[in-house]
Amino acid sequence: MLYAILCYHDEDLVGSWTKEQDAAVLKKLAVVQDKLAKQGRLGPVARLLPTTSATTLRKDDPPVVLDGPYAETKEQLLGFYLVDCNNLDEAVDVARDLGAANPGGAYEIRPVGLFQPGEVTK
Amino acid sequence: MTDTAWIDAALTSARPQAVGALLRYFRNLDTAEEAFQNACLRALKSWPENGPPRDPAAWLIMVGRNVAIDEVRRSRRQQPLPEDEAISDLDDAEEQLAERLDGSHYRDDILRLLFICCHPELPATQQIALALRIVSGLSVKQIARAFLVSEAAMEQRITRAKARVADADVPFETPGAVDRSERLSAVAAMIYLIFNEGYSAGGDTAEIRGPLCEEAIRLARLLLRLFQSEPEIMGLTALLLLQHARAAARFDADGALVLLDDQDRSLWNRQLIAEGLALIDKAMRHRRSGPYQVQAAIAALHARAAKPDETDWTQIDLLYGALEIMQPSPVVTLNRAVAVSKVRGPEAALEMIEPLSSRLSNYFHYYGVRGAFLMQLARNDEARIAFDRAIALANTSAEAAHIRMHLDRLMRDSAPRNTKAVK
Repeated sequence: MLYAILCYHDEDLVGSWTKEQDAAVLKKLAVVQDKLAKQGRLGPVARLLPTTSATTLRKDDPPVVLDGPYAETKEQLLGFYLVDCNNLDEAVDVARDLGAANPGGAYEIRPVGLFQPGEVTK
Repeated sequence: MTDTAWIDAALTSARPQAVGALLRYFRNLDTAEEAFQNACLRALKSWPENGPPRDPAAWLIMVGRNVAIDEVRRSRRQQPLPEDEAISDLDDAEEQLAERLDGSHYRDDILRLLFICCHPELPATQQIALALRIVSGLSVKQIARAFLVSEAAMEQRITRAKARVADADVPFETPGAVDRSERLSAVAAMIYLIFNEGYSAGGDTAEIRGPLCEEAIRLARLLLRLFQSEPEIMGLTALLLLQHARAAARFDADGALVLLDDQDRSLWNRQLIAEGLALIDKAMRHRRSGPYQVQAAIAALHARAAKPDETDWTQIDLLYGALEIMQPSPVVTLNRAVAVSKVRGPEAALEMIEPLSSRLSNYFHYYGVRGAFLMQLARNDEARIAFDRAIALANTSAEAAHIRMHLDRLMRDSAPRNTKAVK
């Protein structure tokens, strides 16, 4: 079974880490990741850019594009896509196409800052 | 991460919200600041023992308020202080407060704080000092160091700013819509100035002034979270990120300025560039252009070029043209001329800056750029005169050193040709 592990934290707080603090955390995480990678169990790892760079598509009829992250709590995170796009316009278009196939709810569109493709072999 | 490092980061990030909320209660900057300091002291004692609270800002607000109210009572009745535990034990209370702090209060509290720092009656230097002290929480000593003035002078500047704010009878109510958009641009300008203070530092002072750039970026992100749909705030944040991404490449080992064309682009911070590009991309979708967005778009074109000769100078020329219309200024025209020199050659560029000479007669960059154009046209004697003038007007030793490098090159080039032939 593949498991997704979703990372939550206080963005203000993480943004207040010094470069050294940030690097220290990444270094410790890398140790854990390396172990998993050697066992062929590590899939893609992504660090998203801050929520200030987020855009949300509400899949209403018609769909509405809003600046900022998805802020409601009455819906739950059910899945995610990683799509290669040249710009935000393209990403919003992809989300619209997906939304047309599956209306209701919302898509939050976030640029990815760091991406390691990873490889699951088992 | 050690306990204290974690607590430092938590206190820093909670500060704007906590001080903003305390200001709402006490309606006095000094009282709010003192209450926050007291809460921080208690946090340093309590958090390592009891673990961090779920919502550090709510904890600090509650404790800060309780301590301050208690001090008022104590001074009235001369009663002894209650035990620390009685004040800091607020599991239930914290939960309730956290609930009330959602959305609108959070936004209004931080805005009020930023607006007070950018009060129109305060000169820009005081706005910056006050914001760094109150919103960012830098110590007077740190601010004084960054501005290269004595601690006493900075203390005085901040005290004056506070007094002016108090005298000006600042309304503590939430500003209305019109006020908001007017004051918003003042806050954006203040953040931009803080950034420039750090960015314009020479190589010799870059290390102590550089943190101003990071603080400005933190404030810009904060402002952007409050105004998520303002393309100009996206543009401002993008601009600061894209400029700051080049920090490591801007000075050589001797502290001399390295121009964009000569920078080692592998030293540019890709993470900051990615965020800056994402933000300017998001801003442009609004089709409501503005000066910060245009400047960010120019910075983005530089950031996208893997090598200097891949820079889209034609597009940069057009963007500066747009900026000239939005914000007519000889400095903008001067910048545009650099793009023009790349697209249409130094002769056209020189012609473009000729009319600026009277208005920029005391401007270092004017003579630096003029000298460079003349040098490209092999008008070496005129170039030397321009460079000499630039050195006389240099603001930092890094600027002067950079121009001296050009002069040295001129000297070499104009040395008698036959010396080269002698082997």
